[in-house]
Amino acid sequence: MIYEVRAGDIEHGGSASARIKADLIQAGICPSVARRAGIVSFEGEMNLIVYSSDGGTIAVEVGPRAVVIRVEDCGPGIEDIDLAMTPGYSTAPDWATDLGFGAGMGLVNMQKNSDRFEIESHVGLGTRIACWIQRRKDTDRSSQKESE
Amino acid sequence: MRLEDVARSIDGEIVVGQEQLDLIVDRAFAADLLSDVLALTEERTALITGMTNPQVMRVAEILNIIAVVFVRGKTPPSALIEYAERLGIPIVTTKKTMFETCGLMFAEGVRACRSKAVSDIGAPA
Repeated sequence: MIYEVRAGDIEHGGSASARIKADLIQAGICPSVARRAGIVSFEGEMNLIVYSSDGGTIAVEVGPRAVVIRVEDCGPGIEDIDLAMTPGYSTAPDWATDLGFGAGMGLVNMQKNSDRFEIESHVGLGTRIACWIQRRKDTDRSSQKESE
Repeated sequence: MRLEDVARSIDGEIVVGQEQLDLIVDRAFAADLLSDVLALTEERTALITGMTNPQVMRVAEILNIIAVVFVRGKTPPSALIEYAERLGIPIVTTKKTMFETCGLMFAEGVRACRSKAVSDIGAPA
């Protein structure tokens, strides 16, 4: 599943992620895993809206062991990833903070909700983030079906 | 604490969720900063906020928030109310401030959803 997010489209901010979470529940993923995937996706979606030059994509893969969320854009890229990953550090414009976003917790929160987190960014080229959220075999409806 | 009692304790009005009056609300998180809501809430938590933009309900939906209390007399837009109805997430509105709302609900036994601070979030697991 690939969801496109437009830069600056704050009006629909979070709607791709709400759909992603609902789709994961529909696919039988347990609510707590779907919730974490939703949080990761929401933070990524808001980053695409607030920071990206031309928007970007959120790709969702349901693998046998993990749900993978990949957030990608084509710029502007992050100059200093360590600084961007510092809790509270933010370069968000006022219109984002006025809406309650841009507190400098987005990337940190994506990492916190992932079992594995990778970020790669090049100024002028863009940013790629991949988050793995392990599925829980005991509560997934779909995995129960597989084992039946 | 039941949803109906929450509304009564804060002089609130149940705008969505008349059919869920017996819903148990025993934990809450209060913030206008949605970034913090995303980072700090746990499941089965009520959200107390003064933000009425459409993102609030999307955050609530993703986080499995059980009810949203809008404080300071904020009237949520009709699109937000319709969205909450579709999701089945109750909405209570009150003219009280966030501080008063929290105090009144705490006095009735509702507790914080967690005690972790933002400063603990970035710490390595």
